[in-house]
Amino acid sequence: MPFHFCYNAYAMQGYEFIDHTADAGIVAHGKTLEEVFVNAARGMTSLMVDPESISERARREIVAEGADTEELLVAWLNEILYLFDAEGMLFRRFEIEHLNGRSIRGTAYGEKADPSRHEIKAQVKAATYHQLKIERDGDGFHGRVILDL
Amino acid sequence: MADWKKELKKIDDYRWELSPDFKEGMRVPGLIYTDERMLDQVGEEQAPEQVANVAFLPGIVGKSLAMPDIHWGYGFPIGGVAATRTSDGVVSPGGVGFDINCGVRLLRTNLTESDIRPRIERLIARLFTEIPSGVGSEGRIRLKGNQIDRVLERGARWAVEEGYGEPEDLEFTEEKGQLRGADPAHVSQRAKTRGTPQLGTLGSGNHFLEIEVVREIYDEAAAKTFGVEHVGQVLILIHTGSRGLGYQVCEDYLKTMGAAVKKYGIRLPDRQLACAPVESEEGKAYLAAMACAANYAWANRQCITHWTRQTLAEVFGKSPEELGLKLIYDVAHNIAKIEEHTVNGKRLLLCVHRKGATRAFPAGHPDVPAAYRKVGQPVLIPGDMGRYSYVAVGTQKALEETFGSTCHGAGRVRSRSAAKRDLSAQEVAEALASKGITFKVTSKASLVEEASEAYKDVTDVVEVADGAGISRKVLKAQPIGVIKG
Repeated sequence: MPFHFCYNAYAMQGYEFIDHTADAGIVAHGKTLEEVFVNAARGMTSLMVDPESISERARREIVAEGADTEELLVAWLNEILYLFDAEGMLFRRFEIEHLNGRSIRGTAYGEKADPSRHEIKAQVKAATYHQLKIERDGDGFHGRVILDL
Repeated sequence: MADWKKELKKIDDYRWELSPDFKEGMRVPGLIYTDERMLDQVGEEQAPEQVANVAFLPGIVGKSLAMPDIHWGYGFPIGGVAATRTSDGVVSPGGVGFDINCGVRLLRTNLTESDIRPRIERLIARLFTEIPSGVGSEGRIRLKGNQIDRVLERGARWAVEEGYGEPEDLEFTEEKGQLRGADPAHVSQRAKTRGTPQLGTLGSGNHFLEIEVVREIYDEAAAKTFGVEHVGQVLILIHTGSRGLGYQVCEDYLKTMGAAVKKYGIRLPDRQLACAPVESEEGKAYLAAMACAANYAWANRQCITHWTRQTLAEVFGKSPEELGLKLIYDVAHNIAKIEEHTVNGKRLLLCVHRKGATRAFPAGHPDVPAAYRKVGQPVLIPGDMGRYSYVAVGTQKALEETFGSTCHGAGRVRSRSAAKRDLSAQEVAEALASKGITFKVTSKASLVEEASEAYKDVTDVVEVADGAGISRKVLKAQPIGVIKG
């Protein structure tokens, strides 16, 4: 595989980026699948905006379904993108209340995007199924997802 | 990773073939249009692997093709073209992409560079105000209730009926701006919710509106047919697509197709290639929804065209007619179309997927506007904002070899993150200024991500397409003003 995983400072934040010519990819790590999902959402958000600029003023319930855990990861991320596109919501923190192989329910905390405080760095069009993978590793799990920017 | 120099067999200076033996499951060979120099870049990524993966699609005919601007996508490579039999083949939403009917339209004016230079700052500032751009931008069209359904059914025709443009514009739009078979019942409420406020917006990323000056004319007769009379003439290029509505349609149907793959027992090497038989319930529903998204995109470009005309009229104190603001053409470069083609001497009804590829029909083809039928369909090929754009025409060779398709743009060589790592917004801004290009962008990040250094030189791409004969160069234009998201 051409990916060069750099287990450095990025690993500390629970996710790292992988280069893809047209788009961008994220590898999210976690001791549990819940952590992988949360870190993937945080990683994706950080591509769009500086997470430090988001205040926790509102929250949204996020519910998604999928045929398996990998599809569920894509559906979860796409749900977050939908809330940004349809309602302008940016999130700083994510919690997961329920996750099994077919469905997920969580809460995201953040606020409506405000051009005077949030510089949107990139629009993520969607999370894709391309080279999508969730695997067990020594420390727990990691999930890889390629985003269409 | 495979050693692509060994795997790809050189056919001639512009064609490299990938044997179906490369990967078990390939139904047809792959064919990449490129040259020795660009081949090195192509081989650095996984794009050739994706050409092989596309060859797995049931019902694929001819070859799994890649245009000269090929680069690594997801599922299909960008620049990928694949035709499947409608009788027993599949349609794959990944072969169209998220930005359904992302495309380009080109307007001409009767202005020259010297007319426009003194007012370019003001013009760009006014266009930037009048045409909403950037992430999350909302348009000034207020669609109520289910009015969006009319947009999805009628496309650019809806826009013209609402007063955004002239009936003549439709004549010069691929499919007359309205793809047949659109059925809003197959578009989810979420897609409509995303699309409703975004109609009439440019969006972000690589989307733009450019003021250009013709620098070279290679085919005077064809250029004249398209209303381009001389070097120095001012053109306007608009690049955008179906916004959040298209992304949601793609996302919805990737899920549907994920289940369909299991239902129909289709074996694929990449989940993003998920597909269903063209004639299945899932396949038909996707094509009906995709047509809606395509129509939305044509309506979007049509509305932007209208505001562009109004803004130029205001800045120059003349009517759009006096300024000669006519549509040259509008092409889709992310789309699947049902078309009839000759394969091995047989006429077949095919589903032609063009993912980052432009239709390039030759002179005489009935789908080319009557006014252009003697020269062929205009092909619009934007480069990056610091270099050039090209206009070409479709050829008979394209019809025979690539299901009437050619390249769509420059093609990335550097990822967005690499561009941001290696370049600063200030450097990019200075480079543009030094070339005499006025610009306005909503985000500094997009300025850097879209810098010339991040792209192949579009000239190289166009030369390969021209050399291979799948399109023929007509003219080259250079941007002097750009607005971007």
